[in-house]
Formats: sequence, structure tokens, C-alpha cells
Amino acid sequence: MIQNLPWLFLVLPLLVAALDWVFFSKCPKTAATLSILSAAATFGLCIAYLAGLQTGLSDVYVWMPTNTDALDLHLGLVMDPLAMRMMLVVTGIGLLVHIFSIGYMKGDGSNLSRYFAGLSIFMFSMSTIVLADNLAMTFIGWEMVGFSSYLLIGHWFHKASAAEAAKKAFITNRVGDFGFLLGILLTLGVFGTLTFSEMGNVSGAVAPTLLTVMVICLFCGAIGKSAQFPLHVWLPDAMEGPTPVSALIHAATMVAAGVYMMVRLQVSMGTEIFTETACLVITTVGAITAVMAAIIATQQDDIKRVLAYSTLSQLGYMVMAVGLLAGEAAMFHLYTHAWFKALLFLGAGAIIVCCHHEQDIWKMGGLVRRMPLTVLCFLMGTFALIAVPGFSGFFSKEAILDAAIVDHPVFFWIGAGVAAITTFYMTRLCLVAFLGKARAHGAEHAHEAGATMVLPLLALAAMAIISGYGFVADYLVPAEGFTAPGFHFGCTFYVSLGALVLGLVAAIVVYGWGKRERDPLAGNFIATALRNRLYIDAFYDKVLIGGLQNCGARIIEFIDSALIRGLLVQGTAWLVGRVGILLSWLQCGSLRAYACITGLGLLLIIVIIAL
Amino acid sequence: MLLWLILIPVIAAALIGLLRMPGRATALAAAAIMLILGVGAVLCPTECSDCLSTFCGVRLQFTLVSSISKAMVLLAVLVTFAAVAGTRAPSPNAERSWTISTLLISAGAIGAFMSDNILAFYGFHELALIPTFIMIGCYGRGDRRTIAWTTTVYLGLASMVLLAGLLLLCAQMHAWTFTDMAASVYAGIRPTTPCLIGGLLLVGFGTLVSLFPFHTWAAPAYASAPTPIAMMHAGVLKKFGLYGLFTLGLVFGPYCSQIFGSWNNLLLLLLLGNILWVGYVTVSQTRLDDMLGNSSVMHMGYIFLAFAAFIAADGANELAMNGATMLMLAHGLTIAMLFLLTGQVESQTRTLELDSMGGLGRKLPLLGFLFGLAGMASIGLPLLANFAGEYTIFVSCFETWTPGASPSPECCDVLRGISCWLQELCLVGAFFGWIIGGITWVIESISTLFGGLGAVQVTLVFALWGLVISAIYMLRAFRAIFEGDIAHTSERATGLSVMDIIAAGFLALFIVLFGIAPQLIMNL
Repeated sequence: MIQNLPWLFLVLPLLVAALDWVFFSKCPKTAATLSILSAAATFGLCIAYLAGLQTGLSDVYVWMPTNTDALDLHLGLVMDPLAMRMMLVVTGIGLLVHIFSIGYMKGDGSNLSRYFAGLSIFMFSMSTIVLADNLAMTFIGWEMVGFSSYLLIGHWFHKASAAEAAKKAFITNRVGDFGFLLGILLTLGVFGTLTFSEMGNVSGAVAPTLLTVMVICLFCGAIGKSAQFPLHVWLPDAMEGPTPVSALIHAATMVAAGVYMMVRLQVSMGTEIFTETACLVITTVGAITAVMAAIIATQQDDIKRVLAYSTLSQLGYMVMAVGLLAGEAAMFHLYTHAWFKALLFLGAGAIIVCCHHEQDIWKMGGLVRRMPLTVLCFLMGTFALIAVPGFSGFFSKEAILDAAIVDHPVFFWIGAGVAAITTFYMTRLCLVAFLGKARAHGAEHAHEAGATMVLPLLALAAMAIISGYGFVADYLVPAEGFTAPGFHFGCTFYVSLGALVLGLVAAIVVYGWGKRERDPLAGNFIATALRNRLYIDAFYDKVLIGGLQNCGARIIEFIDSALIRGLLVQGTAWLVGRVGILLSWLQCGSLRAYACITGLGLLLIIVIIAL
Repeated sequence: MLLWLILIPVIAAALIGLLRMPGRATALAAAAIMLILGVGAVLCPTECSDCLSTFCGVRLQFTLVSSISKAMVLLAVLVTFAAVAGTRAPSPNAERSWTISTLLISAGAIGAFMSDNILAFYGFHELALIPTFIMIGCYGRGDRRTIAWTTTVYLGLASMVLLAGLLLLCAQMHAWTFTDMAASVYAGIRPTTPCLIGGLLLVGFGTLVSLFPFHTWAAPAYASAPTPIAMMHAGVLKKFGLYGLFTLGLVFGPYCSQIFGSWNNLLLLLLLGNILWVGYVTVSQTRLDDMLGNSSVMHMGYIFLAFAAFIAADGANELAMNGATMLMLAHGLTIAMLFLLTGQVESQTRTLELDSMGGLGRKLPLLGFLFGLAGMASIGLPLLANFAGEYTIFVSCFETWTPGASPSPECCDVLRGISCWLQELCLVGAFFGWIIGGITWVIESISTLFGGLGAVQVTLVFALWGLVISAIYMLRAFRAIFEGDIAHTSERATGLSVMDIIAAGFLALFIVLFGIAPQLIMNL
């Protein structure tokens, strides 16, 4: 009984989702209560396990039996510190977001039962990824989070933009999954198993190229789910979903699943499987994403889009850390980022609701006087994100920079540069939105949000401040035997301090103290390119989807119907018909002609016999 | 007992046709009895052998032993029930002919899936095809006469090729039932012209399952056929070809590669045609029914992939067999549900043009939910039935692979030979020669890059892209029909009837059940 208890992590949310959707679709209050109770129960369970109720593996069930043990699809849960502490982040933020959602979605005309069912499906699938003891199970969770994300991005599916964004997210993720599934199959070939705990030894001699390809294929899954370049395009669009969803799924937990999966693989396969080429590819992808997203963020006006690009950029940091084989630093940053980014998104959500669903920062202004508590919480998140010394983000970002400084100075300086840009765009956001005077009607009438929204913000703000210190981090960071680094005044410290000051000063010089009405940097061609997301989305839309895929599909369709169905199939039928008509002349009904043909035939036979 | 599974629909059809009993009610009763009998027969394998000793000089025997045949019978009774319950004909006369045809198709399909006698196996399928043709011709949408004739001639020719193959096989093996043939194989008798037989069987069975390039009959036929007929044919009857291939594969066991082995590389190429070529054809469709028809053709590629993996492993790949069984069942349920819902969408909006629809999900959220579920199942979402089948097939392709085992797929040598020969032939030949040379190079480099993949595994690499393609067209269709602004066609929607919901919910229930507990099917 007691070893079956961890299955509640999966069963409870799934059951609640089914109940919400099928039975309580007409009573949203019950549905919301059930979802919140299930999130609270899993959170409590998680704390109980972390407090030492039980560790180790739980029972393993054979889900899809096959003739050979190795190929069976098992369902098993791994309960090591990496998984359980990650679960704490997921269920903790999940619970807060559930509570926040009540306030945020109040008065929304849409079907709230569907919304909470979606959240519960998400909790189920994310728990599946985190607790999976084999890659096949990870893949199941992987697809299911994609589905719940599709569901929640498209929650307001009557809006064309939301429907398109949901579709884009799902399909882009499928592209990544194409590689991921291939990687899983190659892993099966190389290790002869998909279970993490049995991946110790490689079966037979394996060429390093194969290992590189395998790791890169698996990494494709992370590229899709963690929105790395070139599959990052879905994440900014995913902001069409309700803001609590953006906080939970598209900032704190799901998008970090790729990082978690890669770290899990490093732990179980051993870092020697990650060949130098593979690591270089991973680090480069992370670095490109970090830089690109950060510079795009500097010219975004939508508060959620700024945060979305900032998420991309921070995920780039984590992926860089994975590529540098610093899994611990990656998980540390994942953990602090989850708290402060959830805080920023929920804060943004509170601001959006209170400004009457206004998301443009240039139509806000002066909010610090109207909703001081929310703004204060938001600032705590900002300080953590821009790595003000002493806040949680500072420690984790420094851990990543430390990992790069010795062997990979290029990536160190890239990381430092991105830190400066991060400070710049976050300072821009805060100066424009919070200071000065209100620039639009919505911001003039803003007021502090209700308790269900402010309380989660306070809890997250506390975590954004303290979660980097040893007395919290040592117990909660998802890594085996983690010890918080604390302050040490080396080169990294001064460089990141320099980056911070540089970004702050630049932003204040450009944007002043909230007096500007428009973005002074807008208008030139670089800014236009940044506002158009460097034309990457346009390129995908016009060239890859509109051109290559749709035109290609139309050409193929044309050949299919003209050549195969038309020429080959109908053509054969036509030919047979014509031959029939031709031969029917022989059957003309004239006795003389028949006699003539019979005579000719007879003659022919005689000739043949005679010869 | 097994005999009753075939007799009940025939008797019910006779009652409706000759005694003028009310069509829908009688058919529903028959379908319900079949459902109980069928599930019972599948669950209790002890009583599963009925014998009509001499019937027109042929020993007719019905068995329900292999898991694939059980799964197919289960599929047939489930889909029959949904097809009878969930569809309504436009007039009383039409209702009579619709229900009679549905029942007869069901009887024929079940007969084929249970026959031990090879000629009966063939004959039952032919019988089931006849109502399909008639229904398309009488009640079809669009250019129904042409489509009915095309389908009739096409499938008639395919059946002739198949019959030739089966007769040759039976004559050379001196066995006319699957059981006897297995005994003959065990006794060491082998066909004398295995390559010819394999080719005939693949073309015959393949055309019936719409193997590329013999697929063009399928989509128009499904798009045109009345809803219950499309459900029965796409869901159940089409699986006949695959069922036949796998049953023969089982009968021949380790020797199946002697028959099909020489065609395997060609089959791999053709199934990629199903998955990628037809996949992109599906993407460019603008009508829902055309899209679903093509998507069903596309998904057949995965089951052929399982067959290719089965052959490549000399019949020792039980996993491929399991995966194929699972996917055949799942695909049958899913596509039947999709066609059922398409019928309901059409009766609500009176159009199937994707461009003129929109926002139906706000008018009819339940329909949107059911369609979304079926759509997600068909693109392989975990916890729904199709995923179990697809995943198992993918794994089965890699079952026989060990890294670095085969330096390059043997098919490359053949391809290179063809390419050289073509390049020396003439100018046009040289063009195609270069193309084939290019393909060879791609296959070889993929194979080497991934550490020596065999032909089946290289095919799988391409086939996986089908996951992306199917997500594209299914989500596009869902977006166009159910999301966005409410189009004027959606304004007309009045609401679903109880029976509509029950029929679709019934199929949905089993899709979810087999998705959560695939071992129910895998352990059959």
C-alpha cells in the first residue's frame, strides 16, 4: 500500500481532470475546488516524501507487455532527490497558480471547468515527465504536456490568434518530438534499455558519431519543449493563453522540462556519453537562444511578450549549462527561475487584470502608486531575474557563468553580455510601466488585486528572495547533494555586477524616469527587425510553411490526382475501353465478314502447321 | 456460437429486407446481440471453433484463435454497433438499404476474420464489398456513379490478382485452410514460385488496403460513401488486407521471408509513399471528408511498416505483430468515429468545406470535444489507443537492430545497380538514374550517420515525420471547423440527438479504454 502511494501524483490529477471535464462541465465551482484540492494534495504528498517518509523507487507496472523484458513499456516512478525536489517546484507553483486562477478567471465567460481540467491534465503530465523512470514514459508525459499546453493556449479558442497559437505550439513541438522519438529508439539500440537506472553500460562497441547523433536527437526534444532556437517561435505566441497558464506552463515548469530531461540523461547515462561535438551543439543552441531572445525582448511592448522572450533567454542559459556538463548549475537556475518567473508572470497577470486587460506597457504608467504591493512583488522578481546580488537569480546565474569561465571563455562572455541586456529590458519595462503617469484609461483606474491573487504573489516573492541561500537551496534544489554556493568575490562576481550596472545605467539614460511617451529607440531598422522578431516567424510562415510545405503539398496533390489517379488509373480504364471499341468492329454482324475472318484464321492455322 | 456472429446480421438483414421490419430498430437489436456475442467469443477462447463440415463441398470452419483475428472481430462488432446507432438515413427506404448494407458488410467482414478456409476467407470479403459499391452508387455524395464504378473495377481487379495469388499458394502448398497450410509448412512443403505468389498477394492485399500507388480509389470512395458505409469500410473491411498478410505471415512463421522477402525493399518504399506522399496530399485537402479519407490511407503506412519489420525479422518479430494488431483496432475505432462525427458535422452545418466553417465548438462544445478526442487519438496522443500501436511498431522496427551491425542496407547495392544501368541507358534514363543515385546516397549517409541502420530502420526515420504531418492536417481541420469566429454555416447548428452522442461516446469509451489499458488487446 505505502509503496503504491506515489502513484497518487499521477492518478489524482488525471482523475480530477476526467471528473472536471466529463461530469462537472456545468459546475465550474466544483471543478475548480477539485483541481485545487488535487494540487494541494500532491503538494502535501511531495513535502511528506521530502521530509523523509520514503525514498527510492516505487513499484513498477508493466503497461505494454512484449515478449522481451527490455522492450516492455514499464510504468515506474523514480523518487530520487532530483525528481522529488523538481516535483516540489512543479506542485508548489502549480498550487499557487491554481489559487491565483480563481481571481484571474473570475468573470471570464469561458468554460472554467475546461480550464481547470486542462490545468489538472498538465499537473498529471508534468508529474509523469518528472517521475518517469524510463524514457518511454517520459515521452508519454512529453506528448501529454504538449496536449495540455495546446488546450490551455487555445482556451479562448474563439479568438483566431489563440487558436493559431495553440496549433503552432503543438506542431512545433511535434517537430522536436520527431527527433526525440528517434533519439529514444537509438537509445534503445545503444543501451538495450530505456530505464534510466539501467543505462549504466553501453552494449557493444558504439561509434562516437552514433553517440553524438543520439544525444542530439534526444536534445531535439528539448529544443522543441524548451523552445530553443530554431523551434523557439511557439513560446511568444503561447502568451495568447490565460496569464496563469503562461506562468505555470510557459515559464516555470513545462518549458524547463527539456532541461530537466537532459540533466536526467546526464545523470543516468553518465556525462561521458555526451561527446564533445554534442556538447558544443547543445551549448551553441543555448547561447544563440539566450542572445537572440534577449535582444528581441528589448523592443517588445506587450508585457507578457517581454517576459516570454526573457523566459526564452533564461532557458538558453540553462541549456548552455547542460552543454557545459554543469547539470547542477542548470537545475539550480531552473529552480530559482521557476519561482521568480512565475512571480513575474503572475504579477503581470495581476497588472493586466487591474488595467482592464491592457497588456501594452506604453499604455500603463504610474502603477507604483495605484497597486504598490503588486509592483513591489514584481520588482522582487525583476531583481532576481537581473541578478541583483543577494537575490536568488544572482546565485544561479553565477553558477552557470562559473561553469563556463575556465574552459569556455566565449560562452562566459556571451552569458555576461546577455545578463546586461536582461537588465536593460527589465529596467525598461519597470520604468515605463510603473513610473511616470498613467498613459491610458485602464491604468488610471487600476487598483490592487484581490486576496487570491496577492497571496500567491507574496509567497512567490519570498521565494524569489530567499531561494538562493543555502538554508533553502540545500534542501530544495533538484540535484543530488546540492550545496548553495553563497557569495564569493571572484571574477564572475565583478563581471556580473558590471553587467548589472551597465544595463541599469543604459536603461535609465534611454528611458528616463517614466516621462517618455514612446520608445525613443523605435523607428530605426534594427528596432523594426527586433519588433518583427528578426523575421524568423515570417520566414517560417512564408517560406517554410506557405512556400515549401503548402506549395509542395499542392504539387504533390496535383501529381497524385493528375498522374496517378488520372493518367495511370483512368488512363488504363480509357485504354481498355478504346481497345474494346476497336475490337468491337470485328463483331460487325455481317456474315460475309465473319466467313472471311474464319477463312483467314483457317489459313493461318494451316500455314503454321505446314511450317 | 461463432456461426451466429455471421448469421445474426444476415437474418436481421433478411428480416428488414423481406419482412419489412423497421430498419433501424431491428439493426440496432442485431448489432447489440452481435456486440454481446462478439465480446463473449473474444473473451472465452474455449468455445471458439465452429465447423460446418460440408458446405457445397468446401469444409467451412470458423475459428477465433489468433489474437489478430480476435481483435478484428472485436473491432467489427464495436464499429457495427456505432454505425447502426449513430447514423440516420434521409428516408425510410434509404434507411432500409443503409441498415441492410451495414449488416451485410459486418457479416462479411466477421466471416472473413473468422474463416479458416482460405477460399471462404476470400469469398466473405467479396460479399462484403458488394453492398459497399451499391451504397456508394445509390446514396453517395458528389459524382457517385463514377466513384462507385471506379471503386468496383479497381477493387474487383485487385481481388482477381489476390485470388490468383491465393489459388497458386493453396495449390502449391496442397492446403486450403490456414490450419492445413501451417501443417504443410511444418511438414516442409514450400511453394515452388514464392516470389510470384508474394508479389500477387502484396499487390492484391495492398490494393485493398490502399497501398501506394494503388491508393487513389480510397479517398473519393470514403468521401462519397454514406456515413455508415464509410465507417464500416474504412474502419473494418479495409483491415482485411492487412489481416490476410499477417495471418499468412503467422502461418509461414520463419519462412515468410521466402515469400515476401524479395519484395520487402519495394514495400518499404511504397509504405513511405503512403506516409509521406499521401500525408502531404492530405495536408492540401480542403474538404473534411477528403482529408479523412486520405488520412486513413496515410495511417495504413504504419501497419505496412510493421509488416515489413515482421518480414525483415523472418517472422520472429512478435512485437511488430502486436503493434499492428493494436494499431489496426485503434485506427478502425478512430476513423469510424471520425467519419461518424463528420456525418454529424455535415448534418449540422450542411457543408464540409473547411473554408466555410468555423466556431462550431462554441455552438456544440460536446461535438468539439468528441471530434477533438478522435482527432487527437488519430495523431497518436498517449493514453489514447493509437499511440500504443504506433509506439509498439516503432520499437519493433528497432528490435532487431544492434549498433554497427549492418554497415549499409543491402537495398543500396540494388539501387546503385539500377542507377548505373539507367545512366547508361539514355538521357531521360540518366536523369532518373541520378535521382535514384541521390536517394541511395541519402539512405547510405543516414545509415552510416546513425551507426549502421538497416533498411527498415532508415524507413522508420522517414516514417516518423508522418507524426508531424498528421498533426498538421488534423489540427488545421479542427481549427477550421471548431475554433475561431462562428461562421454562418455554424449558425445553423441545432444540436446533437441522444443517439448521436451515445454512438460517438461508445467509440470514444473504447478508444480511451484501450489507450489506458493496451494490455487488454496485447494479451488477447
